[in-house]
Amino acid sequence: MTSQLSAASLSRGVPAAGGFNITALRLEIRRLLRNRRTVIFTMIAPVIFFLAFGLNSAYAFQKAGHGNVSAFILISMSLYGAVLATTSGGAMVSIERAAGWSRQLRLTPLTPVAYVALKVCTALVLGLGSVVIVNVVGGITGKPSMPLHLWALTALCVWLGSLLFAAFGLFIGYLLPTENVMQIMGLIMMLLSFAGGLFIPLSQYPHAFQVLAKFTPLYGLNELVHAPLLGGSVDGWWLVNLLAWLVIFVAGAAWRFRRDTARV
Amino acid sequence: MTASSASSASSASSTFSAPAATSLAVGLRGIHKRFGHVHAVKGVDISIQSGEIVAFLGPNGAGKTSTIDIILGLSRPNAGEVAVYGMPPRRAVAYGLVSAVMQTGGLLKDLTVGETVEYTGSLFARSRPAAEVLRRAGIDGIADRKVGKCSGGEQQRLRFAMALLSDPELLILDEPTTGMDVEGRRNFWASIREDAERGRTVLFATHYLEEADAYADRIILIRLGEIVADGTPAQIKALAAGRTVRATLPGAREDELSAIPGADSAEIRGDTVLVHCKDSDAVARYLLTATPARDLEITTRGIEDAFLALTGDGADASAQTTGAAR
Repeated sequence: MTSQLSAASLSRGVPAAGGFNITALRLEIRRLLRNRRTVIFTMIAPVIFFLAFGLNSAYAFQKAGHGNVSAFILISMSLYGAVLATTSGGAMVSIERAAGWSRQLRLTPLTPVAYVALKVCTALVLGLGSVVIVNVVGGITGKPSMPLHLWALTALCVWLGSLLFAAFGLFIGYLLPTENVMQIMGLIMMLLSFAGGLFIPLSQYPHAFQVLAKFTPLYGLNELVHAPLLGGSVDGWWLVNLLAWLVIFVAGAAWRFRRDTARV
Repeated sequence: MTASSASSASSASSTFSAPAATSLAVGLRGIHKRFGHVHAVKGVDISIQSGEIVAFLGPNGAGKTSTIDIILGLSRPNAGEVAVYGMPPRRAVAYGLVSAVMQTGGLLKDLTVGETVEYTGSLFARSRPAAEVLRRAGIDGIADRKVGKCSGGEQQRLRFAMALLSDPELLILDEPTTGMDVEGRRNFWASIREDAERGRTVLFATHYLEEADAYADRIILIRLGEIVADGTPAQIKALAAGRTVRATLPGAREDELSAIPGADSAEIRGDTVLVHCKDSDAVARYLLTATPARDLEITTRGIEDAFLALTGDGADASAQTTGAAR
């Protein structure tokens, strides 16, 4: 019995990395890009927002730290696109659970952790696409101005920061087993973006709202990614806000994930 | 036996489809599964040897899917032991030793048939080429079609193709032809049968006796979470078929009637006796010559009727036949 078992194991083996592989990642990305709504919301909408709000001729001449206001708005819009993309990527688990695909995957060697890693990587690739498109279009218009190294640094911060929202997407994806999770997400992200000061500077809101906004999940990240451009000192609260929400989202996702894998 | 199979397995270890063979494919011992107040599986013991084609036959809600989920590691039993090729189910799945075509397994509508197979295949350490499994499942012509545009039968063939990717030793099918028309059903089974001829162990759940009879070497009959019969299709049909001799015989005793040569079981309803038997001539002859029985009537039980009697919820119907089944 034992020798047969080891013979079977030897000849077959289990996949490395719990089944995580590039072919699956490629197909996941292709699948996301095939979804017209996802592409419109995460790639095209931020570009349109930038073209609508960032090209005001006055902004090109108005200074903002080491660059101009147009660059400031470009950063806001690329952050909006990136977090929307990573949230969508994470929230895909909801659709896959509703469709029963997660259950189908349980008949393969793919481990739950590798599955989540696959989703996070897909989300990050989509986020990268969004950041690149918004920045390239911004660059082509010639309006945003900031030193090239700051531009690169900011884009990198936006991209890595959007990882926070991959965790948020996973959390919501495991929490809401609905086919309509993307619409709900779109609305939530819009509200969080307003509250985080991505669309309108927080200084233009009433005082009570400004205090409240400092506790919302996009606030810290938004302030941090603008810091290289503005050149001021980094407020400790921004980091506290970012890390606190990271802990909340990761813990929430892990909690729901454990319940989910225990159930099936 | 064990030594020879072990050496053949190790000598073949360099090839992909090394037989984990001649060992026990599935071993279930004392399996119980409860869902809240529902006791879905009540102490099931099943041993399936490599190479067997086994039908798991029973009506809806008998506990077939619950048992299959346990064999696949999709759910854990409340009590009992499970081994698939001597390993815990999840490990057997990870090694690609076992795969399944599930009734409810979902597919992604926005992938094509080919992409779905490619994706699933990429998750295994080693897998058969996508083109090969598509051909064997009979869907190589629709590889570029979106899954959402496939018919129910095509989707089921796709699940079958996915199940073939790891070239599993054991293939489990849970009511694979549900929702297919007669034609699709026949074609699907032809594919399964062709595949099983290559020596794969197959366990399939069904609630059609004819399907079990046509495609299995062995039928395990399950009812209300318990195994009520286990044997070859011929044995099961013999249990299920047979005739009933009915007569008026006041003062008869059940044990005496059951002891009549050729009788399987007997039942007494007032002055009327019902003797279930395979050899109705012998029973009739005995009743007419050795007892004062009169008003004799011989009826044939249809296979489907008898199957219903074996597996149905009707307590009186099952009581008389489960005795025979054991």
